[in-house]
Amino acid sequence: MITPALRADFPLLHVRMNGKPLIYLDSAATSQKPQAVLDALLSYYREYNANVHRGVYELAERATLAYEAAREKVATFIGARADDVIFVRGTTESINLIAQTYGRQNVRGGDDIVVTEMEHHSNLVPWQMLAQDKGAAIRVLPVGAEGMLDLGALDRVIGPRTRIVSMTHQSNVLGTINDVRAVAARAHAVGAVLVVDGAQSVPHLPVRVAELGCDFLAFSGHKMCGPTGIGVLWGRGEILAKMPPFHGGGEMIERVEYERSTYRESPHRFEAGTPNIAGAIALGAAVDYLTALGMENVRAHEESLVRYAIAQLSDLPDLKILGPTDPATRGGAIAFQLGDLHAHDVAQILGDEGIAVRAGHHCAQPLHRKLGVPSTARASLYLYNTTEEIDALVRGLEKVRAFFAGRRTGDR
Amino acid sequence: MLEELYREIILDHYQHPRNRGRLDGAEIKIEGANPSCGDEISLYARLRDGRIEDVRFEGHGCSISQASASMMTQQMKGKTLPEARALIGDFKGMMRGQAPHEEALGDLIALQGVRKFPVRIKCATLSWVALERGLDDYESAGGAVEGTATTEDNL
Repeated sequence: MITPALRADFPLLHVRMNGKPLIYLDSAATSQKPQAVLDALLSYYREYNANVHRGVYELAERATLAYEAAREKVATFIGARADDVIFVRGTTESINLIAQTYGRQNVRGGDDIVVTEMEHHSNLVPWQMLAQDKGAAIRVLPVGAEGMLDLGALDRVIGPRTRIVSMTHQSNVLGTINDVRAVAARAHAVGAVLVVDGAQSVPHLPVRVAELGCDFLAFSGHKMCGPTGIGVLWGRGEILAKMPPFHGGGEMIERVEYERSTYRESPHRFEAGTPNIAGAIALGAAVDYLTALGMENVRAHEESLVRYAIAQLSDLPDLKILGPTDPATRGGAIAFQLGDLHAHDVAQILGDEGIAVRAGHHCAQPLHRKLGVPSTARASLYLYNTTEEIDALVRGLEKVRAFFAGRRTGDR
Repeated sequence: MLEELYREIILDHYQHPRNRGRLDGAEIKIEGANPSCGDEISLYARLRDGRIEDVRFEGHGCSISQASASMMTQQMKGKTLPEARALIGDFKGMMRGQAPHEEALGDLIALQGVRKFPVRIKCATLSWVALERGLDDYESAGGAVEGTATTEDNL
């Protein structure tokens, strides 16, 4: 059960901002952390800080066990095998890893790489770099009515030249939850692999890799109650087995000579150097926290909050929500525009009220260009948010309008 | 705190921007962008006899970037190029935290409050960076220029 009582688990939710209670509505950027995650970070450094996979002394064994236990927890969380779970810095590094290993190995001049129109820059720029290098083309699956992917364009955009399709599971701007299975079916029908950016879905929905039907899944620890600097790349075992390494260095080798080396199997082949041990262990604690709550419950809580938020926000004249308005088809990232007020000004006045929302293009410039808006304000919800906080957002937005009312006559 | 950012004069320029619109026959035309938020403005300047005869801007942005552009165009008209550069230096200096040169800056002092909101400094400097880029390009080309500038440029 998700109740407001769990807010007691999150120390930062009790600070004040600008002398007012903090109302944190920016979890799509990064989530707050429960005490159990902070404890896991600190106890590693205080009690068993040692490098992993090297020492034979007790501390080193304990660190290695904890690090590998975290991998098991993450694997169970997404319904995967631990050997297919690679620890990376975050979603951005995951996608760059795929582009620079699988991508370099399999994409050639004249091939296509397909993304959607609602991608975060981190799921576009790594593919552009690969495409430019190989003489491949980027093709784009369009966003249709109400911010949903236009699946009618699947057969046109994904074709025999497509090698990689990379899509977000849940948009960080529109909130749309995409039909990954439909895209996976088309991608596989033409022999392409499907990469899923799960940065906004894994923290919020039950996600099982087998049900998604994807070949790679990337997500970040810090958006799911874990620390920054740790993230996950899951890949299908038979694909990982054929992929070349990403970074070279210690930990990823079997035998090293001056001219050549042989490499370990996944996941170690892709984890050169000392990993983010504390981060991985703390991510394991975050997974424990989410698992105890139950991801079905997290999703149900957010869906009911989204329903409430959309109803309340829709009552404000001049307020326009981007993306789907049916809570069943969207997550808790709610980007909006308030009249012709600029998102910066909206977020600034809200910040003065203790309300944290984000303003800007949310690292999705092509999507904003398509929507014809330079920037939007975005309130994003998570398991610790309440309907009272949404009421406070609505009151804050009324203050924003009052602040600029009368000062703007519109004759620009 | 908010009152320091949103001074009356800033809101007035936001509400009634001066010198807004295209300028035909401008020697300087720069597209300025703030990549951190996606704001874009076009800046036009017409130069005659070593002075800025007219300067205008268009585009979209927040109240701070629009008011800063409006106030800048007002003060730039009629200035020689060295005078314009000196004012750009004074404004950027104020934004970097130096004691403002009050006499030179005039109404622009109102934008001093932006310094307390570090993320908004780029909003305030967008139009200034565009004009500075335009003057640099104009002087090195020795004639009319069209170009781009961003708040990330190290001018």
